[in-house]
Amino acid sequence: MSPWLPILMAVPVVGAIVVALLPKGSDKLAKQVALLVSLLVLVLTGVVAAGFKPSGERFQFVAEYNWIPSFGVKFGVGVDGVALVLIALSAVLVPIVILASWHDADGVKTADGTLITPKRSVKTYFSLLLVLEAMMIGVFAATDIFLFYVFFEAMLIPMYFMIGSYGGAQRSYAAVKFLLYSLFGGLLMLVAVIGLYFVAGKQTFMFPELVGAIQDPVTQKWLFAGFFIAFAIKAPLWPVHTWLPDAAAQAPAGAAVLLVGVLDKVGTFGMLRFCLELFPDAAKAFTMPIVVLAVISIIYGAIVAIGQTDMKRLIAYTSISHFGFIVLGVFAMSSVAQSGAALYMVNHGFATGALFLAAGFLIARRGSPFIADYGGVQKVAPLLAGFFLVAGLAGLSLPGLSSFVSEFMVMIGTYSSQAHGSGALTVAAIISAVAVILAAVYILWMVQRTMNGPTAEPVKAFKDLNAREVWVLAPLVALIIGFGFFPKPLLDVINPSVQQTLTNVKVPTSTIAEKGTGQ
Amino acid sequence: MNPAIEAPTIEYGTLAPLLIIFGAACIGVLVEAFAPRYLRKSIHVPLTLLSLAGAFALVLVQTVRGQISTTASAMGAVAVDGPSLFIWGVILVLSFVCVLLINDEGHFVASAAAVPGSADEEEAEAHDNGTGHTEVYPLVLFAVGGMLLFPAAHDLLMMFVALEVMSLPLYLLCGLARRRRLLSQEASMKYFLLGAFSSAFFLYGTAMIYGFAGTVSLPGINKALASGNTLDPLLLIGFALLGVGLLFKIGAAPFQAWKPDVYQGAPTPITALMASGTLVAAVGAVLRVFWVGLGNLDWEWRPVIWGVAALTMIVGSILAITQTEIKRMLAYSSIAHAGFLLVGVMATYGSAQQNAGSLKAILFYLAVYGITTVGAFAVLTLVRDPGGEAGHLSRWAGLGKRAPVLSGVFAFFLLAFAGIPLTSGFFGKYAVFAAALNSGTQPGDSMGGWMAGLVVVGVVASAIAAFFYVRVIVLMFFSEPAADGPAIAAPSMGTVAVIAVSLLVTVGVGLYPESVLGVANDAASSLFIR
Repeated sequence: MSPWLPILMAVPVVGAIVVALLPKGSDKLAKQVALLVSLLVLVLTGVVAAGFKPSGERFQFVAEYNWIPSFGVKFGVGVDGVALVLIALSAVLVPIVILASWHDADGVKTADGTLITPKRSVKTYFSLLLVLEAMMIGVFAATDIFLFYVFFEAMLIPMYFMIGSYGGAQRSYAAVKFLLYSLFGGLLMLVAVIGLYFVAGKQTFMFPELVGAIQDPVTQKWLFAGFFIAFAIKAPLWPVHTWLPDAAAQAPAGAAVLLVGVLDKVGTFGMLRFCLELFPDAAKAFTMPIVVLAVISIIYGAIVAIGQTDMKRLIAYTSISHFGFIVLGVFAMSSVAQSGAALYMVNHGFATGALFLAAGFLIARRGSPFIADYGGVQKVAPLLAGFFLVAGLAGLSLPGLSSFVSEFMVMIGTYSSQAHGSGALTVAAIISAVAVILAAVYILWMVQRTMNGPTAEPVKAFKDLNAREVWVLAPLVALIIGFGFFPKPLLDVINPSVQQTLTNVKVPTSTIAEKGTGQ
Repeated sequence: MNPAIEAPTIEYGTLAPLLIIFGAACIGVLVEAFAPRYLRKSIHVPLTLLSLAGAFALVLVQTVRGQISTTASAMGAVAVDGPSLFIWGVILVLSFVCVLLINDEGHFVASAAAVPGSADEEEAEAHDNGTGHTEVYPLVLFAVGGMLLFPAAHDLLMMFVALEVMSLPLYLLCGLARRRRLLSQEASMKYFLLGAFSSAFFLYGTAMIYGFAGTVSLPGINKALASGNTLDPLLLIGFALLGVGLLFKIGAAPFQAWKPDVYQGAPTPITALMASGTLVAAVGAVLRVFWVGLGNLDWEWRPVIWGVAALTMIVGSILAITQTEIKRMLAYSSIAHAGFLLVGVMATYGSAQQNAGSLKAILFYLAVYGITTVGAFAVLTLVRDPGGEAGHLSRWAGLGKRAPVLSGVFAFFLLAFAGIPLTSGFFGKYAVFAAALNSGTQPGDSMGGWMAGLVVVGVVASAIAAFFYVRVIVLMFFSEPAADGPAIAAPSMGTVAVIAVSLLVTVGVGLYPESVLGVANDAASSLFIR
C-alpha cells in the first residue's frame, strides 16, 4: 500500500475546496492558491515518477481500499508506465493552463476595447480546474474498472461547466453536445462494465484480476463493443467526432487544452488498457474495421482542417487526424506501433497544448478566432509568431520535434506489423502517410495567413507576449524540443507496460522480437 | 352448539408504528373538531412531527433488535418483514421532511370552499393568518398511514383498504393549492376520477383472483398457482386488472397520464409527498404482489413488465423533453424513474440470494431517489413570481447569477436524477441495472438476452433524460437573466433543513453508498415473508 496516488488526488480536491471557499473579492488570491496547488501536484508527481521502476512490477504505487463492498467495488489505484506518463502530462499541463487562463474569467477585452467574454466567477473557474485535475489523475490511476468509470463520467461535469460558463458565443450548445455525446458513450460502457462483472463472476472490478477472465468469444465481442464505443466517442474517432470541433472552439483556450490534451487521451488510453487486454480475441477480430475508421479519421481530419476558417476549429480537426494515428498505433498490434501510440498521447498533449495556447493569446489580442482577421503578426509580435510557428511545426511532426518520433514509430510499426495477415496494415500505413503532407498544408497555410504578409490594420496595435505568456509557452516548447531529440526517458517507462499489454493480448512473440524496442 | 369465536390475535408491538400514525391522525381529527382555531396549528405541528418521529424510532428499535418476525402479523393480514421495515423507515423520513415543507406559510388555500376569484375568497384571505386549513395535517397522517400499510399488506383486501386510505386524503390535498386554484381543483378532480377507476380495476382483479384461488392471501394465491392451471382465464384477467391498478399508482406507461397534471396542480409540498412517499409505497406493493403473490406466475408477468418498463422509461424521458413547466418536467422524470424501478422489479430469477440482491437494489434506489426528489421540490417552492411559484422554465433563465447557491444545489439534484457518478442517483441506477443483468446471466433464465436488452433501453432512456436535466442547468447557468426574473423567497428554517438534509444525503451517499446499501442489504437479505 502506497499513499502517494491517493495524496496526489486529494491535494487538488482540497485546493479546489479552499479556492471555492475564499471570501468574495479575493480573485487574485484564488489564482495564486490554484497555481500553488497545481505546482505542488507537479512536484508530487515528480516524486512518484522518480520512484517508478520501469523494470519492476507492472503496477506500482498500488493502493486498495474497500469502497462499496456490496458491489465488490474497491478504491484501487496504481500506475503502469503509460498511466504514469499521462498523469505526468496532466500535472505539467494544469499549472501551465492556470497561468494561461489568468485573466480568462476576468472578462477579456481586446486591444481596441471589445469585450470577448464578460466577467465570470474567478474562484469557480479555478476551483473547477483543480477538481478536473484530481479526476484526470484518478482516471489514469484507477485499477478498479468501476472506479475508472466513475472518474470517466464525473470528469465531464467540471469540463461541462467550464465550457458552458466561460466559453464563446455558442458555448451552451457546445457544452450540451459535449456532455450528451460523452454521457451516451459512457452509459453503453456502464452496461459493459456490469456485464463484465457478472460474466467473469469474480466478484471484483480489479483490472489485474479480470485480465483473461472472459473466454467466450461472442461475449467478448459484445463487451468490447460497449467499451470501444465509449472510447471512440471520447477519443474521438470518425464518425463520432462531431462534438470535438464545437467543444474545443467554444471552450476557453485553457479548457480546450485540457479537453483535447488530456480528456480525449482517456479514450485512447482506455482502448490500449481495457479494450485490448480484457477482450483480446475481440480486439483481434475487430482490428480491420477499426483500422479503417482510424485511417478515415487521419485523412478526413486533415482534409477538413485545411478548409477551416476558425483557428480553434482547425486545431481541433488536426487533433482528430492525430487521434486517428494513435488509434491506428494501438490496434496495429506491434510493440513499436503501440509504444509510438503511447508516446504520441504525451507528445500530442504538449504540441496541441502549445498550439491552442498560442492561438488563444492571438485571439485574446484581436477578439476573433478567424484566420482571415489576422496577417503580418510576425512584424509586430515576433515572439508570439515564433512560438506559434514552433508549436505549429510540432503539430505537423517536423523531425527534431517530439511528435515526429511518435508519428514515425506508429507508421513504421503499422507498416511492418504482421498482426493481421501480410499487407493489410501496410496499406493502412501507406495511406495514412498522405496525412503528413496534408499536415504541412494546414499548419503552414495557417501560419502564413496569420503571421506573414502585410500587417492588417488592427494587428498593428498588438503587443508582444508578456512575461506570463512567455512562461506559459516556453516550458512546452522546451519539452517539445527536448523529447524530440531525446525521447528515451519516456520510452523506457512506456515500453515495459506496452510489452505487458501485448503479452496479455497474446500477439505471437516473434512479432515483438523482430521489431525491438523502437529506439 | 356453536363453536366459540376466537378473538383475533394482533401483534401490537410489531404493528406499533402503524398504530401510532393512525392514532395521531384520529387525534388530529378531534383537534380539528374541538380545539379553538387559533390553537390548532400549534397543536397539529408537534403532534404530526412527533408521531412520525416516534413511529420511525419504533421502526429503528425493531430493526436494531433484529427480532424481525418471520410470519405475517394480525392474522396474516400485514407482513412486517425486513423490506417492509426498510420501506416504512424511508416513508417516515420522507413524510417528516415533507411535513416541514407543508408547515411553511402560503402553500394552502385560505378557504377551499370559496369559489376562486370570488368575494368570499378575498375575505378568507384577508382574515387568514396562516391558520387556514389545518385539516391538512391529519389528512397527511392518514395518507402516510396508508402508505405504510400498502406495501406491508399481506392479502389483497388489506392492500385495497390501504390503497384507499392512502389515496383519498391525497385527492383532497391536491385541490388545496393557494395559487392557481382552478388548476389545482382540476388536478384534484382528475386524480380522483382516474384513481377511482384504477381502484375499481384493482378490486375487480382481486375478485377474479379470488375466483381462481379461493383466497385473497398472497401466499395462498401463490400456492394455488403452483398447483392450478395457470392459463385459467379468471386468473389471467384478474392478474391483468390487478396489474393495471398497481401500475397506475406508480405512474407506469400507459397509465401515466395523470402524473403531470396532478403534480403541476397540487401544492408543491404535497407534490413532493406524492412523488416520494407514494412512489415508494406503490413500488413496495408492486414488489409484494408480483414477487410473493404471483411468484409462481413469473413466466406470465415478466414479459409484460418488460414491455411496461421499456415503454415507461422511453415515454417518460421523451415526453419530458417537450415540457416547459418545471413541475410537469419533474413529473415526467418521475415516470422515467418508475420505469427504472420496474427494471429492478423484473430482476427476479434464480436463487434467493440473487433475489435478495435485486431487492436490495430497489430498496436503495427508492431511498435515495425519494430524498433527492423532496429536495428538488423544496427548491421549487422558493423560486417565486408575483402569482405564485415560477413554474415556467423560461423564468429560470440566469438564476445561477441571482442565487448561485440555490441554483447550484438544484443543479446537483438534477445531476443526481440524471445519474452522474459521485451522486446518489448514479448508484441507484447502477444497482438496478446490475440487478437486471445479474438476473439475466443466471443459468436457465429464458429472459437472459431480453434483460440485457432492457438495460440497454434503460441507458438509452437515461441519455435522453440527461438532456432535459442538463437543459435546466443550461438555463440557470449559461443564459443571461431575464430583466424581471423571479424572486427568491427567504427560506424558512424548515425549508432550509429539508434542502440541507436532501443535499447531504445525495452527496454523502454519492461518495460513500455503502452507508445506505448496508442497511438495504440487511433489510433485503431475509426477503419477503411468504
